[in-house]
Amino acid sequence: MTFHLTTRAVMLATALAFAPAAFAETPADTLVVAHTIDDIISLDPAQSFEFSGNDVNNNTYDRLVDFDPLDPEAGFQPALAESWEVSEDGLSITFTLREGVPFHSGNPVRAEDAAWSLQRAVKLDKTPAFILTQFGFTADNVEEKITADGNTLTLTLDKPYAPSFVLNCLTANVASIVDRETVMANEQDGDLGNAWLSTNEAGSGAYELAAWRPNEAVQLTAFEDYWQGAPEMKRVIIRNVAESSAQRLLLEQGDIDVARNLTPTDVQAISSADGIKIEDEPRGRILYMGLNQKDELLSNPAVVEAMKYLVNYEGMEQSFLKGQFITHQTFLPRGYLGVLEEQPWTYDVEKARQILQDAGIEGGTITTRVRDLREYIDVAQTLQASMAEAGLTLEIEQMTGAQVLDAYRAREVPIFLGEWGPDYSDPNTNAATFAYNPDNSEEANAVGLLAWRNAYAVPEEMNEATVAATLEQDTETRAEMYKDIQRQYQAEAPIVPLFQRVEQVGLQQNIQNWWSGGAVTSVIYRQVTKGE
Amino acid sequence: MTDSTTAGGPPPGDDRPNPSARRALRRRRARSVAGTLVSLALTLLGLLLVTFIIGRVMPIDPVLKVVGDRATQAQYDAAYQAMGLDQPLVVQFLRYIGDVLTGDFGRSISTGQPVAQDIARVFPATVELAVLGTLIGVVIGVPLGVMAAARRGGIFDQVARVVALIGYSMPIFWLGLMGLLIFYGNLGWVGGPGRQGIIYDGMVPSVTGLILVDSLLAGDWPAFQDAFSHIILPASLLGYYSLAYISRMTRSFMLEQLSAEYIITARVKGLSERAVIWQHAFRNISIPLVTVIALSFGSLLEGSVLTEIIFSWPGLGSYITRALLSGDMNAVLGGTVVIGVCFVLLNLLSDILYRVLDPRSK
Repeated sequence: MTFHLTTRAVMLATALAFAPAAFAETPADTLVVAHTIDDIISLDPAQSFEFSGNDVNNNTYDRLVDFDPLDPEAGFQPALAESWEVSEDGLSITFTLREGVPFHSGNPVRAEDAAWSLQRAVKLDKTPAFILTQFGFTADNVEEKITADGNTLTLTLDKPYAPSFVLNCLTANVASIVDRETVMANEQDGDLGNAWLSTNEAGSGAYELAAWRPNEAVQLTAFEDYWQGAPEMKRVIIRNVAESSAQRLLLEQGDIDVARNLTPTDVQAISSADGIKIEDEPRGRILYMGLNQKDELLSNPAVVEAMKYLVNYEGMEQSFLKGQFITHQTFLPRGYLGVLEEQPWTYDVEKARQILQDAGIEGGTITTRVRDLREYIDVAQTLQASMAEAGLTLEIEQMTGAQVLDAYRAREVPIFLGEWGPDYSDPNTNAATFAYNPDNSEEANAVGLLAWRNAYAVPEEMNEATVAATLEQDTETRAEMYKDIQRQYQAEAPIVPLFQRVEQVGLQQNIQNWWSGGAVTSVIYRQVTKGE
Repeated sequence: MTDSTTAGGPPPGDDRPNPSARRALRRRRARSVAGTLVSLALTLLGLLLVTFIIGRVMPIDPVLKVVGDRATQAQYDAAYQAMGLDQPLVVQFLRYIGDVLTGDFGRSISTGQPVAQDIARVFPATVELAVLGTLIGVVIGVPLGVMAAARRGGIFDQVARVVALIGYSMPIFWLGLMGLLIFYGNLGWVGGPGRQGIIYDGMVPSVTGLILVDSLLAGDWPAFQDAFSHIILPASLLGYYSLAYISRMTRSFMLEQLSAEYIITARVKGLSERAVIWQHAFRNISIPLVTVIALSFGSLLEGSVLTEIIFSWPGLGSYITRALLSGDMNAVLGGTVVIGVCFVLLNLLSDILYRVLDPRSK
């Protein structure tokens, strides 16, 4: 009897398993994206600083100024602020807000909401708060420094900063405008709504947050009263799919519209498939090699110089980094104001050997720690091979990202191989960490600065030039100042930019106007359309 | 049926104990239940202590996960204190245990949400997969093992051995990817990664968290079919691994029984081979088999991380692994409690089934 029952059960299960499942192409008004979104910790714009969290907030909130996804080259554009005026002394900027813009709650967006949102981010002092506090705002003075009057909002700065610097910072997620009434209705224990906003939203963006299931999915629905017009995609679903091969299969089967984490192998395999296209987009992240100056061997300028010629830039770009990175030897990413186009180094073992020989260096061993990501390990092993040719021994210890970061912040990684992503769309974001380190002592404990982490005593004139560039009012002159800083940096710095990240996105052929956010911001969905 | 179960038991005519003996029996049972509960509590406490210590000695800084790479030392210190990490380890542990006793598992630093809420979301996904996987393992593995033993050395036994060997030795990620490629990519017989198709996402009201059950409760047959088409491949994969284990264990238990004297007696009595195998030998292996199945089910609850990753299945295994790599100890401890309780309950269930199945325990 038991056996007969089990036989029937097996047959039923088999029949159900192989019954044609209810497959469907993604609906015409729905955009389905596969992406790794397991880094979201909080959706509060005053706190969120992870890639995927910013991807969500960039679509649910508006800022005073923002990028046009159909014309990213144009830089920041009026958004909730329709215009602004800089005072003659350069110490204040007054924004005039757009009338008639509603929040998702139906409340109007007012200048006082905008002022309160910026004050809130400063008072909460979460990690991204520095993007605002670098203009002299503190929890104590922010109510006097950021004020609303009727339809205008005024920022009073502690120095006459370059307007482009301030406005670029206002495109960052931390400067998102939140609905004060809704947030304060959900405040707990004086947290300015931080706990509630971690899992909810109170914005005025093109999309409303319908659901967030951590490590699983984010669902957005179109905000029909959006001030720039309701988006064509009425629903956006972002699914957490960790495996590239799974993303590829989903794309090939038509179950998703966009795959954002394809490996070079999968990109190559899919690029010839019918109905699928690949779009390359340079992003802001720079893969660099940090040579820790606390290491005796690496603190020799000749070794630093030789190391720049021991990186097989082209070889790696054409092999395991193909499509994912392009050679880029300066700390500002392509797409940023003042980026230097010059690429001074090529792979040249002979030259490296000569440099070491001239400096009287006869070999040496360095033991370093590398994050256990395939591409970083590959880069490290390639470097290991070329260093061996020049008589240097590199020993590699693999560790998790958290372990390496911990050691790096404690200045304990001799050769760091990893990426740095800009925090906002102004060149100061990278200049202030790669090329600025006013106090290199252990006591300074400036763990946030890459120069400090690598014990790079930045020359005083470079520190000064980096600060001066933030105060230059003329944008063209400012761009030239950054080019000069980068030239000096390339000549001497022990932190060597190697590659710029490229995002290769797999899309259904009918998806138009996709923009991952380029080098300067996060993804924007409102302009995406689906053709036939 | 008489087989090997005649040892022990009360003498004939004395099967109704007097009232005082009954009271004594009740007292013994109460003591036994209390003893079991104390031992459960101690087991869980020990488990939590070990997990807690592992979490603290791991060279991963949980504060960095919260404040991020760019944090200043002041922001780092503020978060360090807010997370209570400045307290002595003993205080941290006791505080945690106190919170757990009031049902508060804390907040996960890798999802930003209460751990209890996270577990309520991911655990049903794992249970659904493990139940179906075990079901497949039992339904196919047990008859396979029995028949392999019954025809020892025959072609059927050889096939069963190869099936089990492949199950033991094939990397699950490879089988998973191949399964997806063939059954989803090429043949289109099953749904792709994820628990549901996109159009059903969030459409079935969550009652139990088990989508198969919830869609049936909602009377939504297409949603059930869609969910089934998504679960069948990962469940079959897990089922295959559990099948390999269950079939080998069944075979070895059966071989032991089939060489026992009572089987020879049964055969001499002229019983059919089917009756000998299923009614005599199999009935006797059902007791150890229950333990094997319970253990196999338990291992699927926490050990299907790779399957969950390949199939984008938001389950408990990948939740705990991700948390561990982020130093998210609240999530790790919460998940450990759930898995620990499950193993304890499975053990209890095996004990109860032992008593039901084994006449000697009556």
